[in-house]
Amino acid sequence: MKYLDEYRDGELAQRLAREIHRLTTRPWNIMEVCGGQTHAIVKFGIDELLPKQISLIHGPGCPVCVTSLEIIDQALDIAARRDVIFTSFGDMLRVPGSTTDLLSVKAKGGDVRMVYSPLDAVKIAEQNPAKEVVFFGVGFETTAPATAMAIYQAARKKLPNFSLLVAHVLVPQAMEALLSSPKCRVQGFLAAGHVCAVMGFDEYLPIASKYHVPIVVTGFEPLDILQGVLMTVQQLESGRAEVENQYRRAVRREGNPSAQELIHKIFRVIPRKWRGVGEIPESGLGLREPYTAFDAGIRFGVSSHCVEESPLCQSGLVLQGQIKPHECPAFGAGCTPEHPLGATMVSSEGACAAYFRYRRQPEPVAA
Amino acid sequence: MCLAIPGKITVISGEDPLERVGKIDFGGIIKEASLAFVPEARAGDYVIVHAGFALSRLDEDEAHKVFDYLKRMGELSELKEDGP
Repeated sequence: MKYLDEYRDGELAQRLAREIHRLTTRPWNIMEVCGGQTHAIVKFGIDELLPKQISLIHGPGCPVCVTSLEIIDQALDIAARRDVIFTSFGDMLRVPGSTTDLLSVKAKGGDVRMVYSPLDAVKIAEQNPAKEVVFFGVGFETTAPATAMAIYQAARKKLPNFSLLVAHVLVPQAMEALLSSPKCRVQGFLAAGHVCAVMGFDEYLPIASKYHVPIVVTGFEPLDILQGVLMTVQQLESGRAEVENQYRRAVRREGNPSAQELIHKIFRVIPRKWRGVGEIPESGLGLREPYTAFDAGIRFGVSSHCVEESPLCQSGLVLQGQIKPHECPAFGAGCTPEHPLGATMVSSEGACAAYFRYRRQPEPVAA
Repeated sequence: MCLAIPGKITVISGEDPLERVGKIDFGGIIKEASLAFVPEARAGDYVIVHAGFALSRLDEDEAHKVFDYLKRMGELSELKEDGP
């Protein structure tokens, strides 16, 4: 497929890897923010092409993984109601709440449906006027325009039976929260390319300069990731801390203005609790007036209650890049994709699931 | 979750900019996607699609640059290897 296959060329990948080897003189910790990048790195073994001094730290960029237990419990509560059709992206269905998951609710008779686009949920609402149709709005800035459009269209069509359980999160604020932790080991970032396709990358400029970290907007194919690492290493080795754009074919500096406009029309920025990380100020999106009429949390009166994670699950440390998945004692033992303790073992973009699928052994020592 | 796949717009329908829909060819699989966020996109353009929406029109010139860069890098290393 054009724009995919040519970015998976093994010989060109080796060429980039050789250049990274040539330039690297010291150890560097580079975090890839997005779970899609983590998946590609582990699947294609990109980290194994790199010099030993370069450690790729897997970031918190998996929306499924960071959606708080409280919101998942709210989803489970709503989805179990008889008058509700609960719609969600497929990867949320198996994420464990504190007692069950959406697939189990469905097995017990709940009408839980997987959709490809939030607009599909709007269609279901139009076709089922006697039912309350709820969409589980999970995702980063990449997904926010789609969710915003669903609300915009539902408002335009005056659909009384559509609502949104909103769990949207924002990436730059999470990067800043990681950087401000004293335990942070990250020296450079591969920023999430598709988040930047929507938002552009100006909001990363103050982060790069405040924390003196290079930030390279990077795509998702092996050559993209290797070039992103190369550009980050070039900056690190020369003491620069700038925002650069590797993913120029898809990302403009200003992002996508019409998508941003709709996000701002429908949503406002709010504090948000991240699963495994805690509350991060200004890191979430909530509905703005007058669209709060579509807020499923308000409509169904589900309130936040504090719930505890499994004490065996260390996904919080994985999400913050403090341990690798296989360093968790539960990895592959009490916690597998079939019986996950935490969300990082569920989503295909979760670091634990990627390691379980592609790398059951500890990382081999590079020759 | 932020997976977005490149595809080629084959046909566009809908007059209202917010209702513009394209048939997108993903290597032989055709799916519809909203073009509401890429008002500049025309039939024949490649776009990246996420959750039923085209988010960005792919820039062909920029797409070539990484390969030009790799080609130059390859020529340079050949020069180094062949040099005195």
